[in-house]
Amino acid sequence: MNALEVSDLSFAYGAREALRHVNFELAPGRFAALLGPNGAGKSTLIALLTRLYDLQHGDIRVGGSSLRDAPRPALKQLGVVFQQSTLDLDLSVEQNLRYHAALHGLSRRQSGVRIDAELARQALTERRRERVRELNGGHRRRVEIARPLLHQPRLLLLDEASVGLDPASRLALNQHIRNLCREQAISVLWTTHLLDEVQASDDLLILHQGRLVASGQADVLSLEHGGDLGSAFTRLTTSGAAR
Amino acid sequence: MNAYWHCFSGIVLREWLRFVLQRTRFLSALVRPLLWLLVFAAGFRAALGIAIIEPYDTYIPYEVYIIPGLACMILLFNGMQGSLSMVYDREMGSMRVLLTSPLPRTFLLCSKLLATSLISLLQVYAFLAIAWLYGVQPPATGLLIALPGLLLVALMLSALGLLLSNAIRQLENFAGVMNFVIFPLFFLSSALYPLWKMREASEWLYWLCAMNPFTHAVELVRFALYERFNPLALAVCVGLTFLFALLAVLTFNPQHAALRKSN
Repeated sequence: MNALEVSDLSFAYGAREALRHVNFELAPGRFAALLGPNGAGKSTLIALLTRLYDLQHGDIRVGGSSLRDAPRPALKQLGVVFQQSTLDLDLSVEQNLRYHAALHGLSRRQSGVRIDAELARQALTERRRERVRELNGGHRRRVEIARPLLHQPRLLLLDEASVGLDPASRLALNQHIRNLCREQAISVLWTTHLLDEVQASDDLLILHQGRLVASGQADVLSLEHGGDLGSAFTRLTTSGAAR
Repeated sequence: MNAYWHCFSGIVLREWLRFVLQRTRFLSALVRPLLWLLVFAAGFRAALGIAIIEPYDTYIPYEVYIIPGLACMILLFNGMQGSLSMVYDREMGSMRVLLTSPLPRTFLLCSKLLATSLISLLQVYAFLAIAWLYGVQPPATGLLIALPGLLLVALMLSALGLLLSNAIRQLENFAGVMNFVIFPLFFLSSALYPLWKMREASEWLYWLCAMNPFTHAVELVRFALYERFNPLALAVCVGLTFLFALLAVLTFNPQHAALRKSN
């Protein structure tokens, strides 16, 4: 069963179309990069995937459950790291994580066990009692990544998660997510506008003007559309050719 | 069912932690009613005589009269402020995290409203404690009896705040809310003057005050503080709390805000 299926998804802000007949699938344990220039429709897609906006046309299935018909099982399988920090700066690392675990209905005991495990994985155990305000940007991001893993999702959605990090932290974060993807068989949808965050074996989705203009393995798409990823991306996002 | 309980207690715990950590916000919320009590009421005391009216058994000084109104004023400001911050948060920040919970949105919103209302009660009782030291001392059992009434009022005003912020774009800043919601609700009520005084001044002013939900909130608390039951005020507050909460949940949709912005 696919971790994510987006079928015939369209969305409009009044008369302005933001997404038009978008279709793609994400297999279990795969790392998919969603690329697109500003205004391509990435934020709208994220808002629909995270239930911030209601579906207008088409459907989204997470782990086989439809966001339209069965939002509860769908959201149970979805973990999200938002572009802007959504941590409560005045609360400690542990308090932030406990809040998230509670929102997902985990008991205090369950959340305690999982918080221990995720903090250890992120090398943040020593900082669990520190206020988030006292952490640097890289550590905050690690807390934000530990947070959605508490409810053990099948699909992890990262919306420009590397924004604001220095190049070394950015690469480390990207590698860390790939390790998670491999070790825990979590599917990852990584939205970005930075081409160096994409690897040859990744699934690649390119959005342009609300349409999915390309999807497939990154190295195959690069060969098909110009030789390297940069040329392929430029060609696909300037021609406006929709599949 | 356990998942609902864990979720609700998590939301309440977060509000509690924020309340404990933001002491300055707590103090500033107390300063406002205390200024009214210690300065405004002291000045008005000489100018305004209060006849014997229900639920009081005797003549009362003005400070005693305005205590229920000031307690409700704390709830009014907190309700509006809390709901506005939910609006600011809905496209980013904590509201986005809240909405990724798999539990129903109605449950999440109601939990949030209830949690902020419970925290507001702490501020009200801190204010009542200071008023007690100042010499305004309702019966101790009255303070206990008023608790569910105050909680109901807090919920009603928070739900109204959320409903207004969902419906009216111009209310997305606090100055607008002050001018068009808080001041009319507060001044056109029995919080500062008894309704019969209003009637002496103007018949239509009296009717405006009598129709104002905030008047019923104040009277519910006033009667409860003096161990009396006001069925009309209770009925109005219960009815409006359900109505406001229902409409607030039905109209809460971050998508509407996005659509409005794009138009």
